Amino acid sequence: MSPEKKGQMPVEINQKWCKACGLCYALCPKKVLEGDEWGKAFVAHPEDCIKCQTCEIMCPDLAVKVVALRKATKEDE
Amino acid sequence: MADRLRLMQGNEACALAAAMAGVRFFAGYPITPSTEIAEQMSEMLPKLGGKFIQMEDEIASMAAIVGASLAGMKSMTATSGPGFSLKQENIGFATFTEVPCVVVNVQRTGPSTGLPTNTAQGDMMQAKYGSHGDIPAIALYPSTVPEIFDMTIKAINISEMLRQPVILLMDEIIAHMREKILVPTQEEVDKMLVSRPKPAKGIDKYLPYDASMSDVPPLAAYGEGYRFHVTGLYHDATGFPTSKPAEVDAKIRRIHRKVNNVVDDITFLRYDQMDDAEYAIVSCGSTARSARRAVVLAREKGIKVGSLQLKTIWPFPEAKVSEVCSKVKKVIVPEMNMGQMVHEVERVAKGRCKVVPYNRVDGEPLTPEEILETLAKEVAW
Amino acid sequence: MAEAWDFLRTDKMPHIWCPGCGHGVMMNALLRTMAKLDVNKDDICVVSGIGCASRLPGYLDFNTLHTTHGRALAFATGIKLANPRLKVIVVSGDGDATAIGGNHLIHAARRNMDITLICMNNNIYGMTNGQYSPMTPTSMLATTAPYGNLERNFDLCKLVEGCGANYVARATAAHPRNISQYIEYALTHKGFQFVEVMTQCPTYYGRRNKLGGPVEMINSLKQNTILNTAAAKLPPEKLEGKIQIGEFVKKEELTYLDRFDAMVDRITGGVKP
Repeated sequence: MSPEKKGQMPVEINQKWCKACGLCYALCPKKVLEGDEWGKAFVAHPEDCIKCQTCEIMCPDLAVKVVALRKATKEDE
Repeated sequence: MADRLRLMQGNEACALAAAMAGVRFFAGYPITPSTEIAEQMSEMLPKLGGKFIQMEDEIASMAAIVGASLAGMKSMTATSGPGFSLKQENIGFATFTEVPCVVVNVQRTGPSTGLPTNTAQGDMMQAKYGSHGDIPAIALYPSTVPEIFDMTIKAINISEMLRQPVILLMDEIIAHMREKILVPTQEEVDKMLVSRPKPAKGIDKYLPYDASMSDVPPLAAYGEGYRFHVTGLYHDATGFPTSKPAEVDAKIRRIHRKVNNVVDDITFLRYDQMDDAEYAIVSCGSTARSARRAVVLAREKGIKVGSLQLKTIWPFPEAKVSEVCSKVKKVIVPEMNMGQMVHEVERVAKGRCKVVPYNRVDGEPLTPEEILETLAKEVAW
Repeated sequence: MAEAWDFLRTDKMPHIWCPGCGHGVMMNALLRTMAKLDVNKDDICVVSGIGCASRLPGYLDFNTLHTTHGRALAFATGIKLANPRLKVIVVSGDGDATAIGGNHLIHAARRNMDITLICMNNNIYGMTNGQYSPMTPTSMLATTAPYGNLERNFDLCKLVEGCGANYVARATAAHPRNISQYIEYALTHKGFQFVEVMTQCPTYYGRRNKLGGPVEMINSLKQNTILNTAAAKLPPEKLEGKIQIGEFVKKEELTYLDRFDAMVDRITGGVKP
């Protein structure tokens, strides 16, 4: 993560839609995501995100978005 | 003129009328005595820019016409008793989701497979109560080939006007009978046609069940850019599910009200010699033909009898039948069933006149002589 | 670049499905395919029957229709024939498509009707709380099979292949990229396009059969799956209990509408009515 982006999360969780199924953090290869006390996902280790998008595409609730990926694409353009 | 004057079968007249009235989608399943309608449609529609498909079963053919109607095509199917039973769930769906379409039921002798293919009038009540839940039914029932042509167009028009299925009842006799008919020109038919209410152009947000302006909300077609949702669940003005008691109540009451409000416009009757009648015969379909003949025979004997033919069965023409019941001594209700419409007549007669059922249930036509005999007995009594 | 969420009726979210429902994974994959193809929303019509899976169209910003149990393909047939410009997609569950709607499935595929069917197979009737379906494997438990299911399930893809569909593929909720890939193929080709997606029902199938929660069920879907091309090289005994995924049929035979249009040309001499 570049210094200027510090504080910005690579993954956004829509807390209103998240149903705490746990698929995203169970399947995250880098354990970027973890479950909170209710089992809802939150970003615990943003610096480890490799933008593989597994969390996003495995989310049954469309509640996860790898925003870092979108920003990167924008910058590439 | 000469080529418009035709000897035509009832089913054929139904199909021709539908095609001339703009029906461009027909899905059906073979069943006697309605099959000629499907056969005619399969020949005509592809040449008219329409589509015919023989579906895998009765249920599917009902479903397909609802789908086609939602995509904007005037749609129709035809069947007989066993198939009519199978279609009921989707007839209910179309009524509840307010999708126009016409279902022809050429009645044959039931119950079950019954007598393929003799005549009957056993589906009068099924036409109203066949589907689950409270659905407002509209059913028309002609008695001659020219009437079949006319009532087919009326059924299509009412269905479009009210955004709901209309049942066109027939019976084996009139469906298979050939009679003289002067087929109207396309221009004449075009003048009669009614189209479904459409959303105003350029509206911001289309609500498929917004009844704030009318009990019949405008219906867009899929693909026109409105992307609306249709469901058989209770739904609000937006078309999405609701279980709020007030919205549930409003929906079911509105779909009944939209029919009840136009009862006079969709009530079609034929009176024969009713002006001075002391006795009345109330009947429909091919039985009405026998009733009219019985009137002639009875008048020759000096009996003052008239005939009221119900071309609209549902909603039951209460006011008009009640009027007749208030004027005559007795009403004969001949039917080719165990007694169905007679209960409706009794209900509106409210004891003001005697209501006499006459039922023929052997699969054979109900004859003028039988009606005359019944009448004569009642007159002597 | 369009995003999955652009095709979602976000005001209808969150959806009604249980936590960890495989149908949600499928919907996610479907939406991402829509975004990738950047479809015109007005040109898409999504039809469903009854059941958990059939609630899906309500969440999609297309022309959507939620019909009667098992009949979605028949309604869809009417829509497609009335307006062939519409891309018609049917989404169903296994009960909807293989039991009450089995006849319509056979004949839509036989006609090679220009419809895409996505069947979310979770081996159970979820909406009614877990009765066995034609897709429940033998001996598994369901509320109506308290002593274990006596009946046999069957290979749905083989059925649809036998009926003559142009495209037949299977993925699982553990393989969302395959789902997207197969749906993309289906949406860009003509004729009957069939994608079966094995999904997990943690609530009514997983719990009763002690298969664990969503994570365990996804892991077992992943472990029990083999790509059909790899399976072809293995002896049958090694494939016991394995779900084969992949593209089983890829044909471009004449579709119903191809035949219909040709017939109209023939009977009208090419003069469009």
